Amino acid sequence: MSQQDQQWTADVLVLGGGPAGAWAAWKAASQGAKVILADKGYLGTSGATAPGGTTLLVIPPVADLREQAVQARLRAGGYLSENAWIHRVLDQVEHNLELVAEWGYPFPTDGEGKPLRTHLHGPEYMQIMRRTVRKAGVKIMDQSPALELLHDEHGVGGARGINRLTGETWEIRANAVVMATGGCAFLSKGLGCNVLTGEGLLMSAETGAELSGMEFSRQYAPSFADGTVTRGRMLAWATLYDAGGRPLHKGDRTFGSLPELMQQGPVYACLDLADTAEKREFLRRAHPIFFMPLERAGIDPFRHKFPLTLRYEGTMRGTGGLRLTGSDCATTVPGLYAAGDAASREKVTGAISGGGAYNASWAMCSGSWAGQGAAQYALAQPRGADSRRLLAAGRYGLPAGATHSRALDAKPLIAAVQREILPLRINYFRSVPVVQSALQRLTDLMPSLHGRIAPSVQGTVQSREAAAMLIVGRWIYTAALARKESRGLQSLAEYPALDPRQTHRLILSGIEQIRTSTESVPHAHELGRLQEERAI
Amino acid sequence: MIELVSKDRCIGCSLCVKVCPTNVFEMQGKLPVIARQDDCQTCFMCEAYCPVDALYVAPQGECSVEVNEEELVSSGLLGSWRAEIGWSRDSVSTMAERDTTPFFETFTEQYRGR
Repeated sequence: MSQQDQQWTADVLVLGGGPAGAWAAWKAASQGAKVILADKGYLGTSGATAPGGTTLLVIPPVADLREQAVQARLRAGGYLSENAWIHRVLDQVEHNLELVAEWGYPFPTDGEGKPLRTHLHGPEYMQIMRRTVRKAGVKIMDQSPALELLHDEHGVGGARGINRLTGETWEIRANAVVMATGGCAFLSKGLGCNVLTGEGLLMSAETGAELSGMEFSRQYAPSFADGTVTRGRMLAWATLYDAGGRPLHKGDRTFGSLPELMQQGPVYACLDLADTAEKREFLRRAHPIFFMPLERAGIDPFRHKFPLTLRYEGTMRGTGGLRLTGSDCATTVPGLYAAGDAASREKVTGAISGGGAYNASWAMCSGSWAGQGAAQYALAQPRGADSRRLLAAGRYGLPAGATHSRALDAKPLIAAVQREILPLRINYFRSVPVVQSALQRLTDLMPSLHGRIAPSVQGTVQSREAAAMLIVGRWIYTAALARKESRGLQSLAEYPALDPRQTHRLILSGIEQIRTSTESVPHAHELGRLQEERAI
Repeated sequence: MIELVSKDRCIGCSLCVKVCPTNVFEMQGKLPVIARQDDCQTCFMCEAYCPVDALYVAPQGECSVEVNEEELVSSGLLGSWRAEIGWSRDSVSTMAERDTTPFFETFTEQYRGR
């Protein structure tokens, strides 16, 4: 194997420095493992959480309330989630938030002094996580995107990447790797989401990892048309208007009608349902990141109508990702664990979006579980990763996979992928022939991934991002065509109803040839029963 | 997108280069420059981290807009996001400390106008 500029060895390597990666690194270090965390950007600013904030799933530990929440979620998720996993998240998130408070996050308290831990502001939360991870002895490598995994016949054994600032290549050997690289949002400019380009999914698949739930990826978030902030919950306080100023809709909590409305013409919003100064003050304080960009653009969102757009959220607010095989967040490849949006969240959210609350809670919980699982696995290995005969597994969009001399030009390739993935017409209003032909055009782009890679740092990183987005796009559409029904975030015009016989998970594997299979779910019979009752 | 690195204010600490999630800045001599504005994701994080309020991110995410440093200074916009987060030296509280409000969804249920 070629020598890299920097070589390190650890027990656990965490890839990704958003909340899931931070929790995984902290937890693994707390188990006594030597941990390195490498992030494409910077632990503290990277990912969907840092620039904004997030609500959390906090349900009081009262058996009835918990059971109610779990049942509601099972039903809403089309019975693809699992009772035990939802309970697990509800228990774990409470514990983790206790820790966040201990580490210094200033949660507000109610009138009786009880803490209200329902919301985290991103910049402060992630600053605390960085400090905590460092204190735990984790070596943090910022601006260091991983490009490919190392593996041998025993499974994964580390990764290789590059430092974006110095251009130095690095290799980290570790018997366990936690993939916490987030989902894939296809550079659609949702707040903080442009680091989420899917390389983690690609590099995992190159070592044989399976994916699950990729069809549940039809989520678009409303945003001020000129801006990037996708905190759509604020639109619960909005009236939506057409270009002529006629009201279209009031207080749409789910925004389910926005894509349809936008097909008719431009849609504007005004937060005019906040009809008193106190309410406006509350909203302004609860989500400053929603207001600041509008104010900078000279818009008072409580009085002015501002134009909306929809930004595609891919697998980030969808639910698909690396298939988990155990409660320790192991994947189908030995030594490889997954957390946060890189992992499939179906066990908790089923077929619907996690939304902010479930996904943020999932990031904390799955990070903790994956970190613990990875540490236990690594510490139990008889020999260090530095003595394994590891091979680099990456091919697509990397020099190792370059077989022809034509250059791989990343930016036009990314634009070509976006043309198939971002339009509502193709990806939201899914129909068999339209998705089929988009998938075919994506597949036709595959040979370009074997082009010569530009020798610059940017060229190297962006070629890999382009490869990942292309391949994730093909997984999404392959899964969308394989699930011939409409359920949660999946819909096909030809199959507008939920089909109880398809109450299973859809597993994908492979890159050139994508294979599909199904996995049964424990609560499928409950849906069957529900349907029978309705029929009577 | 990022539109301004104030030469008057910048102390060349290169923190913006280090924290930018999408690698937009580059050091040119002693000062950072906006080397890849196209890659900016308009997340405002560089502005939040800049210790001397030398950076301005315009809210427009799709296209570059003209900004005037003097106007940004006189309107108080330069450094306003860091101040609101609570990371300026003269911030008396942080964003999280000021958010003493109950659960958003509950509030919405209870108080939203019809």
